[in-house]
Amino acid sequence: MLGRLSWAAIPLDQPLPLYAMGAVGIVILVVLGIVTVKGWWPYLWREWITSVDHKRIGVMYVILGLVMLLRGYSDAIMMRTQQAIAVGDAQGYLPPDHYNQIFSAHGTIMIFFVAMPLVIGLMNFVVPLQLGVRDVAFPTLNSVSFWLTASGALLVNVSLVIGSFSRASWWGYPPLSELAFSPDEGVDYYLWPLQISGIGTLFTGINFVTTILKLRAPGMTYMRMPVFCWTALATSMLIVAVFPVLTATFVMLLLDRYLGMHFFTNDLGGNQMMYVNLFWAWGHPEVYILILPAFGVYSEVAATFSGKGLFSYRTMVWATLGICVLSMMVWLHHFFTMGAGADVNSVFGIMSSIIAVPTGAKVFNWLFTMFRGRIVFTTPVLFLIGFMITFVLGGLTGVLLAVPPVDFVLHNSAFLVAHFHHVIIGGVVFGALAGINYWFPKAFGFTLDDRWGKASFWCWLIGFYLAFTPLYVLGMMGMTRRLQHIPDPSWQPLLLVAELGAIVIFLAVLCQIMQLYVSIRNREVRRDLTGDPWNGRTLEWATSSPPPAYNFAVLPRVETIDAFWQMKRRGLPAVEPSYEPIEMPRNSPIGIVNAFFATITGFTLIWHIWWIVIIGLLAIAVGILVFGWSENREREISASEIARLERARLALGRAT
Amino acid sequence: MSITTIADFVPTELARGRGGGGPAPTRTVVAYGFWIFLLSDFVLFSGLFAAYAVLSGNTAGGPTGSELFNLRNVFIETMCLLLSSYTAGLGALSAERRQPGSFLIFSAFTFVLGAAFLVIEAREFARMAAEGAGPSRSAFLSAFFTLVGTHGVHVTSGLVFLVYMVAQVVAKGLRPHVLRRLLCFSLFWHALDIIWVGVFTLVYLMGAR
Repeated sequence: MLGRLSWAAIPLDQPLPLYAMGAVGIVILVVLGIVTVKGWWPYLWREWITSVDHKRIGVMYVILGLVMLLRGYSDAIMMRTQQAIAVGDAQGYLPPDHYNQIFSAHGTIMIFFVAMPLVIGLMNFVVPLQLGVRDVAFPTLNSVSFWLTASGALLVNVSLVIGSFSRASWWGYPPLSELAFSPDEGVDYYLWPLQISGIGTLFTGINFVTTILKLRAPGMTYMRMPVFCWTALATSMLIVAVFPVLTATFVMLLLDRYLGMHFFTNDLGGNQMMYVNLFWAWGHPEVYILILPAFGVYSEVAATFSGKGLFSYRTMVWATLGICVLSMMVWLHHFFTMGAGADVNSVFGIMSSIIAVPTGAKVFNWLFTMFRGRIVFTTPVLFLIGFMITFVLGGLTGVLLAVPPVDFVLHNSAFLVAHFHHVIIGGVVFGALAGINYWFPKAFGFTLDDRWGKASFWCWLIGFYLAFTPLYVLGMMGMTRRLQHIPDPSWQPLLLVAELGAIVIFLAVLCQIMQLYVSIRNREVRRDLTGDPWNGRTLEWATSSPPPAYNFAVLPRVETIDAFWQMKRRGLPAVEPSYEPIEMPRNSPIGIVNAFFATITGFTLIWHIWWIVIIGLLAIAVGILVFGWSENREREISASEIARLERARLALGRAT
Repeated sequence: MSITTIADFVPTELARGRGGGGPAPTRTVVAYGFWIFLLSDFVLFSGLFAAYAVLSGNTAGGPTGSELFNLRNVFIETMCLLLSSYTAGLGALSAERRQPGSFLIFSAFTFVLGAAFLVIEAREFARMAAEGAGPSRSAFLSAFFTLVGTHGVHVTSGLVFLVYMVAQVVAKGLRPHVLRRLLCFSLFWHALDIIWVGVFTLVYLMGAR
């Protein structure tokens, strides 16, 4: 009746996850209680849950990413603490089985449910505004994408209380992840959520390639698009090109596990190396999927806060596209030591070094953009400068690792862990935080407090270096990654420094929470009535903050790069334009309904409850068929309504 | 200031040929998005093709392709699918000409041919499984069943799509939004042919030697 699910799946013998989930459960119940008591459900349902507005969906993605960041961070501090105390005779507080689940969950959550939602959230919010259009190409599909991602995140977290998570790390290499060595539900809790959220991500990629290539304001030629749109395009193309590979790879592993096939098994002709190759054929482009939009954020921040156009826009565009192509030619450097031979290793080593060239060109572009600019030292600019230094250093250790003989010494060590955190925190996380600080006033209509923002930046920067510089040294000293117990007591002092770093990063998170709290409390003083708080250059600043549902009452006409900057220099038109009715997509519950059944289907697949699986799949199919039948998917906003909203907005802007 | 070139100051009206013509019409956007989706589907198949290419020799002492494949059956199967694409194309042309009657007739042909393809495939699978050559016998057979089976699942969903579109045409007539969805169906059905040409060549022709 319930497949493999039984009361034994609740880890009553392990108090730690139960306490943690108890606390989380209480917080969730309190939030739901407040929402119910205050009667906010209709508002949430109408304005957020069923919304197909790209701005709302973008905000929800960012919130999902930030909440999951807390979860991923909890895993991190638990691992750091275990490594700091489990030295010599001491065994620490995490048993090996639990520790293995934690490092697997940390990687999985940070990549798929923190970095991806943050990046895709910013893309969602910003791209249509920068292109000067009213929404993405497929607004309802966009809602489906978001809710599928949320469904995956939920399922991964369910493994905390019901059953256990994978012990096979965030890449799930067979044969460890095969049924023979991971017979319980752990690996399935890794595979199914990633399949579900992977479909959502693929839809996002399709949506944004179509949006950027087919929906732009009149006059916005390719070479007039803001650089953030270029990076979003490159990222979306990479998503379309590689996420299906991940899906296919996981399908094969699932077939091995569920139907006894032999793709990656040790017997009957299975080939484990094929998984490794296929996984990294997705996995290396994935890191560029994450970093390219961050590069886009830095480009916007550098230009805006230096008060001048981006230095050598064309170089930036070509460097972005170059990285996009090169990123698919370096995957083998993730396993130089796995027997490919000297010739193959040399090719991939050289390719991996070459990819640093366009990235280096970008760093010079940002530097020359700031050179002789009138730089305003806001929080995003601090993140930009912190990023440039951190990312160059992290990139250099990457070039070091790209040399196969060096990699043979350093692979699988703490040095590698330090390297990829160096580029992902210094690149993606700093970029996402810069972007959030930069576009927050556009999303909510008031600016974020700069003092708490700067405090948070300094904690992030110092905490990062404290936490990860020791790992470089430890890697050199021979410490391998993922150690549940530290055999060499001479490593402990550096591990304690790393622990301190993790605590400083926690202070950074606290500062951000304070920043939000203080800014919301003072929002009336911090209102942005002009829609252009930073003296911006691109079209998102041409509309009000927050923008109306239709973004632009009249589609802007673009004649240069930095279209809004040129409009401001020419002066805004004195006569009121004649407004025309606008068709906007209607809200749709299909996203949340689909995700609801996807969650149930995923959960029952993990526990082999086949009859509910069939019901869930049928429900999803019915949902798609019902939606596919509908026709009145647009509602019209009348010209008089638009005129009323626009007059109110302009009156507010003039009053300041 | 950044260096400006003449190309930077093309007025909006003249920017049309350079991608500056403003948002594309819905039909273009929908078809384009569906193309990108099909492209991603091709990438998915490329992963399965790669797995098959790697594993096709790993028969683990079990039956090989040349022992299992019956090229005569596969030829008939292939002809069914290719002909169904032809009738699907004729159906699409009738729909564009607003002739619902002939659209329905061609759709019936498409459905029958597609179903025949599936029946032949299912019988082949059943025969192989009965001979002890099921998907868990060897890595080669795992890859074979997954690649060919995934194509079969696509054909099945294509048939569901077709029935659904016929129902929409019957219920609503050939209105613009129905025509847009029909365009997507056509693209999907033809894409399955392209995949099958790869399967036919790589799996059957090269495997039956």
